[in-house]
Amino acid sequence: MAVRVVTDPAAVGTPVVTSRQGILGTVGRGLARNRKAVAGLGLFGFFVVVALLAPLIAPYDPHALQFSQMLQPSRTHLLGTTGTGQDIFSQLVFGTRESLLIALGAGVGATVVSVIIGVSAAYMGGLWDHILNLFTDVFLVMPTLPLMIIVGTYLHNRGLLVLIAVIVITGWSYGARQLRSQALSLRNREFLEAARARGERSTYIIVFEVLPNMTSLIVAIFFGAALYAVLAAAGLQFIGLGDPNSLSWGTMLYWAQANGALLAGSPVWVLAPGLCIAALGAAFALINYAFDEISNPALRPVRKKKK
Amino acid sequence: MSYLIRRFEFFAITLWAALTINFILPRIMPGNPAQAMLVRFRGRVSPETVKAIEVAFGFHSNEPIWQQYLEYLRNTFTGNFGTSVTFFPVPVGDVIKQGLPWTLGLVGMATILAFILGTLLGMLSAWRRGGFFDAVLPPVFIVISAFPYFWLGLLVLLAFALTLNWFPLGFAYDLTSSINLSWDFGGQVIWHGTLPALTIVITSAEDYVKMARAKGLSPVRIMFMYAGRNAILPNLVGFAMSLGFVISGAILVEIVFNYPGLGFTLLQAVHSEDYALMQTLFLMLTVAVLVAVLAADLLTAVLDPRTREQG
Repeated sequence: MAVRVVTDPAAVGTPVVTSRQGILGTVGRGLARNRKAVAGLGLFGFFVVVALLAPLIAPYDPHALQFSQMLQPSRTHLLGTTGTGQDIFSQLVFGTRESLLIALGAGVGATVVSVIIGVSAAYMGGLWDHILNLFTDVFLVMPTLPLMIIVGTYLHNRGLLVLIAVIVITGWSYGARQLRSQALSLRNREFLEAARARGERSTYIIVFEVLPNMTSLIVAIFFGAALYAVLAAAGLQFIGLGDPNSLSWGTMLYWAQANGALLAGSPVWVLAPGLCIAALGAAFALINYAFDEISNPALRPVRKKKK
Repeated sequence: MSYLIRRFEFFAITLWAALTINFILPRIMPGNPAQAMLVRFRGRVSPETVKAIEVAFGFHSNEPIWQQYLEYLRNTFTGNFGTSVTFFPVPVGDVIKQGLPWTLGLVGMATILAFILGTLLGMLSAWRRGGFFDAVLPPVFIVISAFPYFWLGLLVLLAFALTLNWFPLGFAYDLTSSINLSWDFGGQVIWHGTLPALTIVITSAEDYVKMARAKGLSPVRIMFMYAGRNAILPNLVGFAMSLGFVISGAILVEIVFNYPGLGFTLLQAVHSEDYALMQTLFLMLTVAVLVAVLAADLLTAVLDPRTREQG
């Protein structure tokens, strides 16, 4: 596994993590054997391709208001048209870009904050640990959606960066908690004692000794945060706290609801973007679970014994 | 003992943090919400109300900040939350009192439904470890956990209300009747609440099943023989902590179903930029979660002897 503990005194002084490729190789082999990981990565890759090739895939300009309103799905409009006469399929394809961007951006942001707070709490210990841990718990317990709604309402600028920032502020605490407990278990391992004994600075020890041994947990946390970001962004945009002129799945749902798509007999307008959100979210959730299973064998599913 | 002291410390600090966030937010955000509100209130409210708004939203910039803070805290603890813009001239406290029973009822209904469904699923799953349900349920839960609450609500609405016509489209009771204590009205409330409650349950079913199938025992046995200790103890605090997520979900579900609870009130507050109502709602929801966590902590302290030794 990714955590390697040096017990041989002769090895003290050499890097504990044998090589980068070693970790990647282990993780890679674990992923290929894990069905959840394969399914999740496949879905995720599909959306990345769609986002990159959006202009080639979408048949029309997603903003163009040139068609009849509320058309039912047909050969010319695969998913019909909106209440203002835009092609729903083209909107869906282009919307992938912003939805994916929010998920990855907020995922990275939240992961960075969790790493900084979680690992430093565990590493510094004592009063600092107590304070940072309390801080994490406070954010963990607060109902995040109302907080996001309030901050979003105050900020009249509803740009992409604001949305990402709001999601990061409310979404880092769960990961920080997990990282802290894993870092605590590493704290007194011999290879860290060794590093301290040779007089390495704390920042060096954290960056080059502690973090590499937590790679799979950090990756799991990133995908967990990305899942949270997909759902949070969709929720905020749905109640009208996103930029209503932007193209994303949440915004599509906002307009569908504002136009009463369900009552007007255009369920596709509601179903299609929601299904995409659920699929992207499921991709992140599956990868997150797979990495959890890799870093923690106890979570692996019980398999029937072969006769 | 130190366990309990730590938990009370947590309770107090989180409460203080929520109060302080409420105090700081309007002061650091761009624009001037107090001025915007006062313009809309001009000539319609008493001087005391104007003063309360000024205190809550930092309009009195000539007073020192700590004095504003103390006054804000005093107003909050005496239940003086200001006046709602949306439901003018009703005080914010009264607006919340109207929405609260509906939200509590909805969450209560969801819990009962979840208990029934979770017990059934847990029973099937624990029956044969490694069997069909063990293989199918976990991946299904992973996928369901990725569904947006509100979209699931829209799906349920489309299937059971619009297509099958089994349940009404929304709201908490028939619009033609008024609130009263009769069997007929109670039936309406249950009939209207089923779909929103079901939506909340589907997204949180995983926790219930985990709780029920812990150790692979039948749920009845877990409930009675183990008296909750071993099976429920580890989940208790986690369950209370996750109440914040349940509330967040309930808010969106209420919005989809036009259910007249606190979530729907929050949406109305957002649309009319009713900051006083919004912030009080946030405070109330935080307090609700905190009380649940504290209750779980106390119960844990009673049930688990280890917490009494050192902590």
